[in-house]
Amino acid sequence: MFPRPIQQSSTGVQWLYAVALPIALFLWLFPLLGVALTSLRPAADLAQGNYFGMPTGIAWENYVYIFTETPIGQYMLNSMWVTIPTVIGAVGLSLMTGFALAVYGFRGSILVFFMFVAGNFVPFQILMVPVRDMTLQLGMYDTWYGLALFHIAFQTGFCTLFMRNFIKALPFELIEAARVEGVKEWRIFVYIVLPLMRPAIAALSVLVFTFIWNDFFWATVLTQGVDSQPITAGLSSLNGQWIAQWHLVSAGSILAALPPVAMFFLMQKHFIAGLTLGAVK
Amino acid sequence: MAEAAVVPVRKASRWNQRTLAPWLFLAPGLFMFIVYVIWPIAESITLSFYDWDGLYNAEGQFTGTYVGLGNYSELMTDPAFETSLWNNLKWLVLYMLALPIGLFIAIFLNQTVTGIRLYKSLFFFPFVISQVVVGLIFAWFYAPGFGPVYLLIEWMTGQGIAILADPDLATYGVIAAGLWPQIAYVMILYLTGLNNVAPDQIEAARLDGAKGWRMLWYVVLPQLRPATFIAVIVTVIGALRSFDLVSIMTAGNPWGETRVLSYYMYEKALGEYGFRMGYGAAIAVVLFAIMMVFISGFIWKMWRDEKER
Repeated sequence: MFPRPIQQSSTGVQWLYAVALPIALFLWLFPLLGVALTSLRPAADLAQGNYFGMPTGIAWENYVYIFTETPIGQYMLNSMWVTIPTVIGAVGLSLMTGFALAVYGFRGSILVFFMFVAGNFVPFQILMVPVRDMTLQLGMYDTWYGLALFHIAFQTGFCTLFMRNFIKALPFELIEAARVEGVKEWRIFVYIVLPLMRPAIAALSVLVFTFIWNDFFWATVLTQGVDSQPITAGLSSLNGQWIAQWHLVSAGSILAALPPVAMFFLMQKHFIAGLTLGAVK
Repeated sequence: MAEAAVVPVRKASRWNQRTLAPWLFLAPGLFMFIVYVIWPIAESITLSFYDWDGLYNAEGQFTGTYVGLGNYSELMTDPAFETSLWNNLKWLVLYMLALPIGLFIAIFLNQTVTGIRLYKSLFFFPFVISQVVVGLIFAWFYAPGFGPVYLLIEWMTGQGIAILADPDLATYGVIAAGLWPQIAYVMILYLTGLNNVAPDQIEAARLDGAKGWRMLWYVVLPQLRPATFIAVIVTVIGALRSFDLVSIMTAGNPWGETRVLSYYMYEKALGEYGFRMGYGAAIAVVLFAIMMVFISGFIWKMWRDEKER
């Protein structure tokens, strides 16, 4: 193990480590802590310049305010409407593409695979004008499904990379055996491969959820109004209205951050497996 | 028995099934990907040779005019483009700091004391939250008069600096905000990598008297190469995709000094300065070309790995 386990060091070093850990964490998360505290700070404190001292009270009313006086609830809902269909769509499509690319060594399969991989890394701006134009032409501009359809297509690239590598690592004998038995290809997919894909599905679901929830660029390009804007774009426009009202900005930020954070905490293992692309096993 | 007659027929149909099946499985995903990703790339490249305001005439026809390399030659003399390009370079270079820092934190956390798992996940937090939120947090931290960073600088030097309003410093302020989540990402890659470092090699090196930096450099780092490779790729892509933070924290200001290609493209094509789709597309093509260098490297490496299998 590297570095040398701390248990093998002197007690002094062990103590030092035990103290350094929480201090390092505190410093690392200081920005988040600051925001979390500010989101509960009464507006009066900020007005008096009390930004970091003891708050005069806990102001849950900041949260009440943003829920009742701003469309933040609607934004959160819009985000859900975009995110959940995208997760289902991208994972569903990539299960099939990943299966096709992993199991059948057909001619050109590697090219198709590399196309998915390369497409996944292109800058969004090269897609922006045509995708926006197409979405407008199809009458899907400023709708959740217009945004979700794009996300499904784009995320399929990344998901295919992951699914294909995952299926490649499964024991191929299983599929061979089924073929010898005369099982049809789609039944092999449904009854043999799919049940083994649970960890991959979980990993990609949390990952795609986080990516899409946090997406800002496409939200600004493909949506406009309160009725369809997701939370990231919504927060940005609210920020424009709440000039220097940092208690509100903070409360909004915490709300926007909450779902992916919760998702990460619930499915940590899967999340990390997904992030490492399965490449750093 | 009838079976003997059936077998050859079934064989043929099985063969057909196996040639057709992959394409049927591919069809929906491939269709979506081509429509929304591959085709738009080609369209953007074409568009970069046109002057177009994004509108169609009453008959629904495209109203752009062909200008050849006009957009590109305009780019050559556009000072804002030059600033953006330089800033992209700053992003790229400084983002690479995420690698050593991420590795350092990973090594720091790679212990087995009680509660370490929780520590690891909390350290990873910045990556999970939206860049919009990260941008808002840092904008507040830099805020003149009361932001903690401002106060810290004031306390140390006696003179506070409004980082995001300073044309020389603003870009670095934005990059620092971007590094926070990026370091967390690199850290998690290295933590996973460290987990898989062969313990016997470490022990053998230890017996040979290797420790500290030498151990890290000659024994550990070579084993971390897969993690380093992915970390470089995601960091380069993260640096070149920097749109959210610029948009949230500075909107390209002060005086366009924090623009990067991705943001400048958006400004030109959809921003308040009017809809210059062709010019925007040309900027996007330049960014795409830069990105392609790294993408090709990644694909090439993957291809080599594929062949080794």
